[in-house]
Amino acid sequence: MKLTGAQALIKSLEQKGVEVIFGLPGGAILPVYDPILDSSIRHVLVRHEQGAGHMAEGYAHVTGRPGVAMVTSGPGATNIVTPLADAYMDSVPLVVITGQVATAAIGTDAFQECDTTGVTMGVTKHNWLITDAQDIPRTVAEAFHVATTGRPGPVLIDVPKDVSNDLVDWYWPDSVELPGYQPLTGADPALVREAAELIARSARPVVYAGGGILKARASDALGELVQRTGIPVVTTLMARGAFPDDHPLCLGMPGMHGNYTAVTAMQKSDLLIALGSRFDDRITGKLAAFAPGAKVIHVDIDPAELGKVRKPDVGIAADCRLAIEALIDALAAIGVGGGAPAAGTPGHSRPDLAPWTAQIRAWQEQFPLSYDRAAPGPPLKPQYVVEALRDNTPDDTVLVAGVGQHQMWASQYWRFRHPYTWVNSGGLGTMGFAVPAAIGAKVGRPGATVWAIDGDGCFQMTAQELVTASAERIPVKIAILNNAYLGMVRQWQEMFYDERYSEVYLSPDLPDYVGWAEAMGCVGLRVTEPEEVVPAIEKANDVDDRPVVIDFRTDAAEKVYPMVPAGASNDEIVVDPLHGQGGR
Amino acid sequence: MPPSARTSGRPHVLSVLVENRAGVLARVASLFSRRGFNIFSLAVAPTDDERFSRITIVVDVESSPLEQVINQLNKLINVVAISELDPADATERELLLATVTADARVRGQVVQLVSMFAGKIVDVGVDQLTVMVAGAPAKVDDFERLVRPFGIVELQRTGRVALPRLGQPIDEPGRDG
Repeated sequence: MKLTGAQALIKSLEQKGVEVIFGLPGGAILPVYDPILDSSIRHVLVRHEQGAGHMAEGYAHVTGRPGVAMVTSGPGATNIVTPLADAYMDSVPLVVITGQVATAAIGTDAFQECDTTGVTMGVTKHNWLITDAQDIPRTVAEAFHVATTGRPGPVLIDVPKDVSNDLVDWYWPDSVELPGYQPLTGADPALVREAAELIARSARPVVYAGGGILKARASDALGELVQRTGIPVVTTLMARGAFPDDHPLCLGMPGMHGNYTAVTAMQKSDLLIALGSRFDDRITGKLAAFAPGAKVIHVDIDPAELGKVRKPDVGIAADCRLAIEALIDALAAIGVGGGAPAAGTPGHSRPDLAPWTAQIRAWQEQFPLSYDRAAPGPPLKPQYVVEALRDNTPDDTVLVAGVGQHQMWASQYWRFRHPYTWVNSGGLGTMGFAVPAAIGAKVGRPGATVWAIDGDGCFQMTAQELVTASAERIPVKIAILNNAYLGMVRQWQEMFYDERYSEVYLSPDLPDYVGWAEAMGCVGLRVTEPEEVVPAIEKANDVDDRPVVIDFRTDAAEKVYPMVPAGASNDEIVVDPLHGQGGR
Repeated sequence: MPPSARTSGRPHVLSVLVENRAGVLARVASLFSRRGFNIFSLAVAPTDDERFSRITIVVDVESSPLEQVINQLNKLINVVAISELDPADATERELLLATVTADARVRGQVVQLVSMFAGKIVDVGVDQLTVMVAGAPAKVDDFERLVRPFGIVELQRTGRVALPRLGQPIDEPGRDG
C-alpha cells in the first residue's frame, strides 16, 4: 500500500492508539494536516503552540499515556520548547511532531527554518530528523517506545515538508530495535535484601516518595509497603496524591514550603527510603546539612539519579513498582510486615517505631499548617479560598496549578486522596502552565471535574487557551487567586530585599478578568467577600458547557509558610507567625 | 582545553561506542556542556562496523564523578556501550603536527629531536618545518615541551585514541549497573 509520508505519519499515530493531537498548523506541517481530516484522531486547535505542549502534558499526567502535540517549523517549534523542557524536568511522556522546511532547503536559512533537533536536544529524551519518508512508521514506533519506557520523557520528531509528501510503502514494525536503549526493569535481589536489612534496623525511617511512584503506577505497592511496615511517608510536590493525605502515616509535602513535620521528620530520620525522588534542591535545602543522620536507600529507574546529589547507602536502579514489591517480599522474609517474624530472624530486633511516630504526632500538633482563619477577608485569605475549593468539589477532582504562591497553597491545603489528581509544573517551574494543562487534563479525563488554581501573573501568560477550551467545549474551571502581584517574587523581596518591591505589582483590575473571561466564551465571576466564596464555587461546579473563570480578590500581604530560606539548612525552617519565630 | 588547577587529577579515558548517525557527536558534546563536565580531548571515527563509530573522550574526573559522567552518557539513545579505559590498562596513542621555526642555524637540532621521537618531517619551508610525532600521550607531551623553545608557529594534536590492553581485564560499567 502506497501512502504519502503525511498519511503514514497519521496512520502510525493511529497504530499507537493516539486519540487526540493538540496542535496548530503552518507551512511546513501543512501536508500532515490534510490526512487529519480523514482520521479518527481528534485534533484540538490551540491558540499558541506553548498551549499545545502544556495540554499534551496535562493529558499525559492524568492518563499515563503519552501526550501528542503537532506544530509547524521555526516559530511553531521554538514556541513548544518550554513545554518540552517542562516535560523533561518532570519526566512527562510527550511525542511532539514538528514540521521542517524541505530537506533541500535545510541549512539555507529558509523561511521559518530553525534547527529544531539542535535546539531541543537538551530538553528531550531523544529527537529525530526524518530524511527518508520510508523511515516514518519505524521512527514513530521508536519515539513512542522511548517516550513511555524507562524514565518517561518528551521526544520530538522533525518532519521536512518534502518527506511528508514523498511516498511510503506502508508497513508497521513488529518491534523496536534501538541497540543503545535497554531500559531497566527489575531490581537486583541482593540490593533489595540489603535495603530490607536497613529498614529492619532503623528506628526513625521515612519514605521519601517522589513523582517516580506515579510514573511507575506504584501507588498501590507503596500503600502496601507502608501498611506492612508502619513507616511514615512524605510526598513531594510531584508525588502529591501518590499516597493519600488522610492516611495517618502521610506527613504531606516536604521541602522549601513543606510542612514542619515533613521537613523535620526527614531531618531527624535515621533512614530515608527515597522512592522515585531525586533529592531536588527544593527538597534538600543546604545539602551538607540535609538529613545528616540518615542512611539512604534510593530507588530510581534512572541510574544517573543514584548518587547524583546524595550518595545512597543502597542504590537500586529499577522500576519503582517492581522494586517496592520485591522489597515487601524481602521484608517479609526477615519477618518485617509479613505476619509473625520467624524465630532467629533479624526482624526480631526491629526497633519499635512507636517513639518515632509519637514524636511525629507531637510535631504535627505543635506546628500545623495554618493561617489566620479568623480573618478570611476581605481581602480574601488565599488559603481560605483553597480550603473552600477543596471542601466544595468532588472527591476525585483533578487539581491543576501554575507556579508560585498559589501553587504552594494548593499543594499544602488540598487533601489528595487519589493518584493522578494533581497536575503541576515542578522542576521547571513554568508560569502559565495551569490553563493549558487543565484543558489537556479535561480532554484526558472528560468525566472528571478539573479545577485549576492559578495566579494572576500566571493566568496572563496563557489565558488565550480558554478560547480553545470554549471553542472545543472543554469545560475547565479556573480559580485565579488575584493578589495583583507576582506574589512569590514579592514574598522574596519582602523577606530578603528589605521590602523593596521591584517590578512585581500587576494591578487587580487590569485586565478585567471577568470581562476577559466572557470575551473568551467563559463564565466570568468575581469574588471579594468570604461569604461569596462557596456560592461562586458551587455555581462554577454547575456549569458544564463552557469554562468558568473566578477572579478571587486575595490578600497580597499573605505569605507562604513554612519556608526554608534559599541556601539555608532545613533546620532553619520558618513557620507562620501564629506558631512562633523559626518554629524551633 | 587548557588544564586548570581543578583538573589536575589523572584523566580517565572513556571509549564510547555510538550509532553512526547524524548529530551523535553534537549530542555527546551538548551533554558534556549542559551537565558541566569537562573534556580534555575527544576523538571520533567510524569503526570497522559501519553502523557504529567510536568516540574516545578523555574526561576530567576531578570536576565530576566518573560514574555520573558514564550514567548520563548511557542515557543518550545513540550510545551503545561505554568502556572506561584506565590509562594503566590501555594502549593510548596521539598524533601531533607542529610547524616549528627552524632556520638553517637550528634546523639540524629540530630534525634530530624529531628523529629521537621517531617522528617525521612532513613539510619543509624556507625557515620552518612541519613535523609529525605519534605515540603515547606522555611522550607526545615530552616532545611538545622540548620543541617549544625553537618557536611554535602552529600546533595541532588529535586527542588520544585508545583500546584496552590485551589480556587485561577492563572495567565495563554497563546498563545493568
